[in-house]
Amino acid sequence: MTPPRVGADADPEPLHHPPRDEDIFVKALAARRHHRAAPVVLMLLALLLTGGVYAVLAPSSATADTASTANDVEEGERLFQANCATCHGPDAEGTSEAPSLVGVGAAAVDFQVSTGRMPMQANGPQALQKPRQMDEEQTAQLAAYVASLGPGPEIPTDEMVDAEAGDASNGALIFRTNCAMCHNAVGAGGALSEGKFAPALYDVSERNIYQAMATGPQSMPVFNDATITPDEKRDVIAYLVEQRDGSAGGLSLGSLGPVSEGLWAWVVGLGLMIGAAVWIGAKSS
Amino acid sequence: MSTETASNTGAPTTPVGKAADYLDQRTSIGVAVKEFARKVFPDHWSFMLGEMALFSFVVLLLSGVFLTMFFDPSMALVEYHGAGPETMQGQLMSTAFASTLDLSFDVRGGLLMRQIHHWAALVFMASIVVHMMRVFFTGAFRKPREINWLVGTVLLILGLLAGFSGYSLPDDVLSGNGLRITDGVIKSIPVIGSYMSYMVFGGEFPGEHIIPRLFTIHILLVPALILALIGLHLFLMVLHKHTQYPGGGRTDKNVVGYPLFPVYVAKMGGNFFIVFGILALMGATMSINNVWNYGPYDPSPVGAGAQPDWYMLFLEGSLRLMPGAGTEWVIFGYTLSLNVLIPAVVIPGLLFTFLFAYPFIEAKVTGDKREHHVLDRPRNVPVRTGLGVAFLTAFIILALAGSNDLIATHFAMSLNQITWAFRILFFVGPVFAFWVTKRICLSLQRKDRELVLHGHETGRIVRFANGEYIEVHRPLDEQERWLRVNYDAHRPLEIEPATDARGVKRRGYKSDKRWQKLSRFFYEDRVEPVTPAELAAAHSHGEHDEIAPAAHTSEVTSGTDTVDRER
Repeated sequence: MTPPRVGADADPEPLHHPPRDEDIFVKALAARRHHRAAPVVLMLLALLLTGGVYAVLAPSSATADTASTANDVEEGERLFQANCATCHGPDAEGTSEAPSLVGVGAAAVDFQVSTGRMPMQANGPQALQKPRQMDEEQTAQLAAYVASLGPGPEIPTDEMVDAEAGDASNGALIFRTNCAMCHNAVGAGGALSEGKFAPALYDVSERNIYQAMATGPQSMPVFNDATITPDEKRDVIAYLVEQRDGSAGGLSLGSLGPVSEGLWAWVVGLGLMIGAAVWIGAKSS
Repeated sequence: MSTETASNTGAPTTPVGKAADYLDQRTSIGVAVKEFARKVFPDHWSFMLGEMALFSFVVLLLSGVFLTMFFDPSMALVEYHGAGPETMQGQLMSTAFASTLDLSFDVRGGLLMRQIHHWAALVFMASIVVHMMRVFFTGAFRKPREINWLVGTVLLILGLLAGFSGYSLPDDVLSGNGLRITDGVIKSIPVIGSYMSYMVFGGEFPGEHIIPRLFTIHILLVPALILALIGLHLFLMVLHKHTQYPGGGRTDKNVVGYPLFPVYVAKMGGNFFIVFGILALMGATMSINNVWNYGPYDPSPVGAGAQPDWYMLFLEGSLRLMPGAGTEWVIFGYTLSLNVLIPAVVIPGLLFTFLFAYPFIEAKVTGDKREHHVLDRPRNVPVRTGLGVAFLTAFIILALAGSNDLIATHFAMSLNQITWAFRILFFVGPVFAFWVTKRICLSLQRKDRELVLHGHETGRIVRFANGEYIEVHRPLDEQERWLRVNYDAHRPLEIEPATDARGVKRRGYKSDKRWQKLSRFFYEDRVEPVTPAELAAAHSHGEHDEIAPAAHTSEVTSGTDTVDRER
């Protein structure tokens, strides 16, 4: 007695069915299992997998959303006491750990806090850019509080940082003389002493570029309105905005100059040519 | 009647044949063609490295001719208005810079040609270096090819000169910085330095003469010298016949390979198009030396990441590593800039002296006056291989030191610490690399010896009736053995005694003694090739290895499996 079939149209399986794709794959895999490169390939796969899983599961930073109050300065002071006073002192007059903030102006606060450099996460050669901890409103409140301590550079208006209104050619001249020695000719960044560095400028917002010039954060010198006038600052911004589109001639290779070009000449040029030579040489033997 | 005679004497009938016959009757070119078409070349991919340099040079000539049609090496000041980038409009610059912009943006295909030219220059130098490495490590510089090694080394230096002079032509900030360093290096030469600088630049740096002068050097002097020396290089190569890798049937008296025509002509032609294609691809897709990023030359600005092209990077690194404090001496009112003189003149001087002198030093300490046409396997000359790797290590450390700022930013490290690490590595690295390489070579030689004497492991374990286990070894075939036993393990020089038979001191003994000392350094540690007697001895004592598995033995195919499968 055979049990009744469930599927009416289910044919009995043919005895010699052609190998399915999976079988071929499995056989191929089994054959290559002992290949010399197998451990390397496996290791690479494992690393990829680990990295991928980490990227998916890594904890994301928490976002704070506090409601604003009417008095910005007062609220700013409260934020300051909670987040900044440990290092900058209860009166923002500085400690041995951090400088005084009296007279640094709203621009300095806006630059440091909106780029996430402050509040600082860890001591190191320099404060690193990271996802911002304060939202726009809190940043404005902090800026208002610090500005109330003493006069300093103010946050530029949108018109002052409008790249459209700037002269990129004049900006190139100013940038080359004043900025390129640290930030590279097109703002790709460069090294300073003892692990400090001048960051790349491609992704820095127009407002932050202006503020950096006006306030001189960290190792950067201050370029006040007497050294580089507000109009000239706008020209520099225009020059840097121009660089975001890249340059003529194909892949920019990081715009890092001859070292990266040399590296690629060896990797791509010599790599392909030697590969081709091995191929030509191998054909006959 | 006349047609019959023609066919009888074998006169050509096809148009091509007729043309060839016409030419041959007037130039006897047939003799040369016959000679060359039958010329035999041994086959190996590494013999194409020199070809790659040659073909890159052809690409350089072709693209360079195009560029000279549009480039104007003038230092006259102009205000730029053209199709170039927004950031250059209205700027004051030299005509040399402006014409570089014009040929990049206004001339059709100009930027492509410029980029192909520059990539070809980088690849030209790189393939020269790789070619030299092949020649060095295989001992292809030995007699009779020492002179050709010298020609090649001069070609390398001319390549550096060609690259340097061409790199400076657009008169941009980056190459201007390079010229400024050159000026400093020239001035650091004691006594004549300042006069030479004035001579080179036609006055105080930068002056208005350097670009036109470099132009003449770049498009006339250096390429002509390179072409002439390439001719000599190839002539000597044909004269000596090409070297070949060791292998069955290959000796110093023959050449095993394929005739030039048709096999090699096809391979060379194919390789030319591949090289040209790769360079064109690079020129079309990867930007190189965008001078408008750096701007027209002005002696005041210096950009971050100011470096020369890769082949000059070792000089940059050498300068960056040299400590500045305390190395500039003032003697009787004259300044001796050791901080520039040592890294930029003495160090490269030592490196190039090594390259020039090495073949002669090795010949002397080897005491070998024979001709060599079969190449060495690098392992069989451990000290040479070690010295070569040590040289490369020093070169690479200097090149990395020249990129120390980019290493700092890209690997988040401290520039100062990197510089100190390289300062130490420059002295320790080559010694360590030499030691490791020499040891690896000796181990590989011992492995070869072992293999020749005992054969390949087969994984077949055999148990005898008395319970003894052995692993069966398969002897090497003749080709495999030839490769591993046919080499010379040179011995240190033996010199004549200090005094002759009558007890009179011999002249030149001290010099001989020094050479012997160097010879010991080269050949004291050596692994001798297996002699036929040793091979015979190994075979006789290993005879039981060759016992076929019989009924009373049990065989285990996998090394770990010890179960007796005989029931």
